[in-house]
Amino acid sequence: MRRHFGDRFGDGVLFGLTVLASLVAMALIVAIIYQVINGASLAVSTYGLSFLGHTTWNPVTNTYGAGSFIYGTLVTSGGALLLAAPLGIAIGLYLSLLASRRVGAVIGPLVELLAAIPSVILGLWGIVILGPFLRSSIESALHSALGWIPLFGQASLTGLGLFTAILILTIMALPIIASITRDLFLSVAPELKDGALALGVTRWEMVRGVVLSSTRPGIASACILGLSRALGEAIAVLQVIGGGSQSLIHGNLFANGDTLASRIASQILDNVTKLQTPSVFYLALILLVIELIVNLAARWIVHHYRLPDQAAT
Amino acid sequence: MSDLSPTRSPESNMDDSRSEADAVSMPLIAPLAAEQQSVSIETREVVFDLKDINVYYGTALALEGVTMQIYKNVITAMIGPSGCGKSTFVRSLNRMNDSIPGFRLTGNALYHGNDIYASSVDPVEVRRRIGMVFQKPNPFPKSIYDNVAWAPRILGMRSGLDERVEQALRGAALWDEVKDRLKRSALGLSGGQQQRLCIARSIAIEPDVLLLDEPASALDPIATASIEELMHQLKRDYTLVIVTHNMQQAARVAERTAFFSLEVSEGKRTGVLVEYDDTTKIFTRPSDKRTEDYVTGRFG
Repeated sequence: MRRHFGDRFGDGVLFGLTVLASLVAMALIVAIIYQVINGASLAVSTYGLSFLGHTTWNPVTNTYGAGSFIYGTLVTSGGALLLAAPLGIAIGLYLSLLASRRVGAVIGPLVELLAAIPSVILGLWGIVILGPFLRSSIESALHSALGWIPLFGQASLTGLGLFTAILILTIMALPIIASITRDLFLSVAPELKDGALALGVTRWEMVRGVVLSSTRPGIASACILGLSRALGEAIAVLQVIGGGSQSLIHGNLFANGDTLASRIASQILDNVTKLQTPSVFYLALILLVIELIVNLAARWIVHHYRLPDQAAT
Repeated sequence: MSDLSPTRSPESNMDDSRSEADAVSMPLIAPLAAEQQSVSIETREVVFDLKDINVYYGTALALEGVTMQIYKNVITAMIGPSGCGKSTFVRSLNRMNDSIPGFRLTGNALYHGNDIYASSVDPVEVRRRIGMVFQKPNPFPKSIYDNVAWAPRILGMRSGLDERVEQALRGAALWDEVKDRLKRSALGLSGGQQQRLCIARSIAIEPDVLLLDEPASALDPIATASIEELMHQLKRDYTLVIVTHNMQQAARVAERTAFFSLEVSEGKRTGVLVEYDDTTKIFTRPSDKRTEDYVTGRFG
């Protein structure tokens, strides 16, 4: 009953390769984080935490600060999440519970195809079509009707700005949230749905009380994934958000802004002053920290919604 | 049809019909209440009056020509081999089959004289009155308390909710086991406890009828015994219909038993109701050869 050499060799190779692959992934993460921190060190030691609050970025005058971009990142990603979450969950509910099989088979793949559009094409569409359209229709209408609210200020000349970026990011986050929540709702046991319906509640009450409530952690995870997509998107945002070297913190959704990711993409090849590249790395560090916080928040949400006893099942 | 109008009136109509029924049947039943088995079934109020029920899935005829009456405060068992349509039939009684693509029912399904498949009837309201317990215990991933309180809350029975939950759990013989952990997840209960929780959840909204679709088939013998004992208690307040593949169980709990069988002709399999009578008669002196073969174990 001796094991064949080939078997032992195969086991060893399999073990070695999988360990190696895991180690490479780990080493990459550590290396990237180290290099981002290392690259940012000059900017960190020069500006310290005041970099976070400083709102202008002007290589010509050698002033750098992340304030405008942190603000722009939070506004665009938060706005995109606010729009994409309800829309995506609605699409997920429709596809999983309400649509007939034939309709679902058409719409489902189409929604997923939305995720396959390269972001640079989405951005191009944003510049050429969406921006001018928004400026002449929605933005001007909202400004004239609700202009007393600071959010709906004067639209920028090109139609590019925070609002256009929010919509582009919404389009990117939407298929992620829709397809994950659809699969999530499909995974709710039919027995649970039947059990609820047998109690004489309507379909909507069943959806709210059983389907949505039992999948809350999963819905939160789907939204976080959508949010991560929005936070990290650089090219499409760069194309439609406008940018600028002045302070970009303002309440007007229709005016220029910029995000961390988009500024990193636009600045990395410039090297006007010694501090520019380290400052770009500092932006990258901030973005990494934000993503980390978001992911930790997601874990906390998943954990928080668990009832006692449930973990064991 | 006012009895089944698509409005939410949780406590109104049902109680009327119940007290009315008591007034009619009490003088007949009272002297014999201790020995219910001997009460002539014909004196009982009819809850379901089913005439020539056919069930189709698409073009396939799944169940053909079922005619039977189901009586108030009686346990009626549906037995028969797998695939004979007994579950399909019972699920049709509270319109749980509506969501199955291609499902269609013809014939007259009267519940207290109202056609439950009439176009003006709201299936939600039908299920409000005719509850169902399923084969696999299916508690919601909520706390024990919320499992029971969920439907009453939605249906507007908010006053005295704590008492209602306690009553339902007592009614399902579960209170003493869970009273100290009402806020814990229902998923931490054993299978038998989960099934009794599902029964508690059903009776919390005070239905008229409780349909039980093989309620003990996923449970161990001890849990099964507690469910059967519970059924005997429940029949005082509810009309019970139980689907079971376990003939001993039917013999133990039911006063009336319906035997369904599978007819195969030209490759098509159709369920039919073979015989429906007092349980003792079904098991001792069946009038149909097919019933006799089945209950004596020669078939199925």
